[in-house]
Amino acid sequence: MGNLSFDIAHLFAGGLVLVSFMLLYQDRMSGLINIFTLHAVVLSLSVGWQAYTQRAWHLFVTAAIALIFKALIIPLSLRRIMVRLRIHRTVEIIGGVGVTMLVGIGLVALSMVVMLRATAAADPLAREDLAFALSVVLLGLLMMVTRRNAVSQVIGFMSLENGLILAAAGAKGMPLVVEISVAFSVLIAFIVIGVFLFRIRERFDTVDVHQLDQFRGEYR
Amino acid sequence: MSIMVVLWSVGALLATSVLAVAMTGRIAASRIVYALCCGVCLLLLGAGVTHLGAVAETAALPLGLPWVGAHFRLDALSAFFLTVINLTGAAASFYAIGYGAHEQHPSRVLPFFPAFLAGMNLVIVADDAFSFLVAWEFMSLSSWALVLAHHHVAENRRAGFVYLTMASFGTLALLMAFGLIAAPSGYAFAAIRAATHSPWKPGLVLALTLLGAGSKAGLVPLHIWLPLAHPAAPSHVSALMSGVMTKVAVYGFVRIVFDLLGPPAWWWSLVVLSLGGVTAVMGVLYALMQHDLKRLLAYHSVENIGIIFIGLGLALAFEAYAMPSAAALSLTAGLLHVFNHSVFKSLLFFGAGAVLTSTGERDMEHLGGLIHRMPQTAFAFLVGCIAISALPPFNGFVSEWLTFQAILLSPQLSSWGLKFLVPAVGGLLALSAALAAACFVKAFGVTFLGRPRSEAAERGRETDRFSLAAMFVFAALCLVAGIAPGLFIDALAPVVKSLVGDRMPAQLGIEWLSIVPIAESRSSYNGLLVFVFIVFSALVAAQIIHRFGSHALRRGPAWDCGYPDPSPATQYTASSFAQPIRRILGGVAFGARERVDMPAPGDARAARLDITIRDRAWDVLYTPIARGVEFGADQLNQLHFLTIRGYLSLVFVALVGLLFVVAAWP
Repeated sequence: MGNLSFDIAHLFAGGLVLVSFMLLYQDRMSGLINIFTLHAVVLSLSVGWQAYTQRAWHLFVTAAIALIFKALIIPLSLRRIMVRLRIHRTVEIIGGVGVTMLVGIGLVALSMVVMLRATAAADPLAREDLAFALSVVLLGLLMMVTRRNAVSQVIGFMSLENGLILAAAGAKGMPLVVEISVAFSVLIAFIVIGVFLFRIRERFDTVDVHQLDQFRGEYR
Repeated sequence: MSIMVVLWSVGALLATSVLAVAMTGRIAASRIVYALCCGVCLLLLGAGVTHLGAVAETAALPLGLPWVGAHFRLDALSAFFLTVINLTGAAASFYAIGYGAHEQHPSRVLPFFPAFLAGMNLVIVADDAFSFLVAWEFMSLSSWALVLAHHHVAENRRAGFVYLTMASFGTLALLMAFGLIAAPSGYAFAAIRAATHSPWKPGLVLALTLLGAGSKAGLVPLHIWLPLAHPAAPSHVSALMSGVMTKVAVYGFVRIVFDLLGPPAWWWSLVVLSLGGVTAVMGVLYALMQHDLKRLLAYHSVENIGIIFIGLGLALAFEAYAMPSAAALSLTAGLLHVFNHSVFKSLLFFGAGAVLTSTGERDMEHLGGLIHRMPQTAFAFLVGCIAISALPPFNGFVSEWLTFQAILLSPQLSSWGLKFLVPAVGGLLALSAALAAACFVKAFGVTFLGRPRSEAAERGRETDRFSLAAMFVFAALCLVAGIAPGLFIDALAPVVKSLVGDRMPAQLGIEWLSIVPIAESRSSYNGLLVFVFIVFSALVAAQIIHRFGSHALRRGPAWDCGYPDPSPATQYTASSFAQPIRRILGGVAFGARERVDMPAPGDARAARLDITIRDRAWDVLYTPIARGVEFGADQLNQLHFLTIRGYLSLVFVALVGLLFVVAAWP
């Protein structure tokens, strides 16, 4: 493998982590969806580049799935949901952006340390890829933890899933079946979550999970 | 060959369990099941006795873990414990042919009794950690079902709960012990024996084994379930649980510590000896305070387990300092006491069961005068009392005397700690022996002598002939083992040799059935001589009195300080018997409180004296633990009511924590 192709793969995977950071601090709903779209595009680029360098043509299918579903269908429908929920102009309050970013940096460092040590014998491209993928997963989880709005939690979940796809694409010989099933499972999760969002909204007039906790009377 | 006999017999016992379920409701079920159990136990007893000196046999069955199977092995140690278990098992089954007729709910006892016997036998022959633990747990659970046979009494339900908790805790400790000593090649005992352990492991395994086997055997402070569970179970089951199941725990301890762990470190014996000494004294002190006959016997099992552990601890000490002959003497003493205790403790439980069925009372304060109504039971019970009090010429004396002989060898040990500790433990042993005698004077005197203290005691009648036969066989065995101990010591020789590499000198060649533990010049004991002397002097005394005094047998009023009182309540009671010791040690050892409620002058109501006795182990150990668990549960309860973000954060923190561990792992 040439040095250039490694660098390009590195660039895309690192770009995915960077976009994950952008997701962390974005507090506008519409901006959040735009960045998620960017996330999906970078993912499909990264997977496409993997397909090209690995000469694994089925990965193009994965990249196409990522592009169509995650960069087109899901953002569009999320936008529709937001409009129907009338939260597209909402500004979410995120406490402690600076701290969150610092924690995110710590998580990236952690995943580097873990992955680079655990996969010492693997080929360098896969190693870097796996480390970046774990970072993306952890950042997605961090986003789910720090957000209160159900829609941004959904986006956090889907960015987490993008990290999984990146990992799957980086490992050589991963059958396409797995990727398709992962994509579909996310789509189903998206549908289910969307339905739930509407049900929650109907019942409580808000999608702020904070209000749900207060409704339960258990919020501390 | 023998091992196959054992495994088939265990199968037969399990089949008997199934048969008992199938025969639920039939009147003859009880007799048939117990007769079958008795027959199978006799077969197992034969296998055990004939195998005592023979070469170890192994067998493997394709049960249990896939590709590993279950391994079984019958060596000298297993054969000895097989003998102990099935001797009592056969007697208890025979006793139950008669006793079982009084059982109100036989279907709650019959299926579990053979299963319990099968479980104990399986523990003894198991040769890998997996089958050992499965058999151990099977034994615990079947005996738990038997403890709960009369579950409509709230007290018994509590006993069952405490027993189950302690049994699970013990199994957990043993599981971790086996996990620690497991060889790289697996859990088979042969592999564990061959493996070398890193230096910190054996000590930890010893501690875990003491917790696991000790909680089953009843080492203080893990004894709390015994005094609850033994009175709750039917009497023949109590005889098995107290006489035999605690010995299975001793087997577990000996197997792990003497056989599997390799050479002992010197400090092991410090721990075992101290625990044994404390257990012996605390057990008998608590026994003295009890008025419930079966609970008294249960606490006495605790004492005897202490004596056995003193013998084992001495053996560890001598083995650590490479004195194999002294180690052989101590181990023989301990194992002989295992046998002796199983015999006389079962005998005493049989007697207590006979009293219970005949009067419906376990409380000694409501008994009395039973020697006139149940003379044969009283005689057998008396033999058991003398034997357990370690009085010659019965068997209890021999094993305790041998233990003392081993203690007298302790100055030859080169460790100063042990030089000081062992005589102190000897003092504790002597104290417990004396207190045991006092305790059984109380048990026999208050139950069988004097006048009946209740109508129930007045109506008592002699028990059935099956029960009597079982009791008399064991009473005779107490005497035989006391008069000819050489026979039993020599039978133990191969067991001891396989564990500490040496044996006691052969005793059977010595004339007049003497036993000489070390050398003739040091000490020897002749039970036959003592027996002949006692019989002879008693006959001569009786002859002289009847010749020179009076021929007539005269029954007069008991001496009553010159104040004849018709009420039997004025007799010396069990609690008045225990009062001096309660006054001396009560505050410290039992937290005893005496409260006198004296009516004001002119008030006609009766005065009251209330005495409360507490088992300190509950206050010091178990109540704080229970509180801690409750507190922890309360705190964890809040986890049920977290927010969605709270749960997500938990997952997140757990994941990051695990990644940190992976990152920091060397």
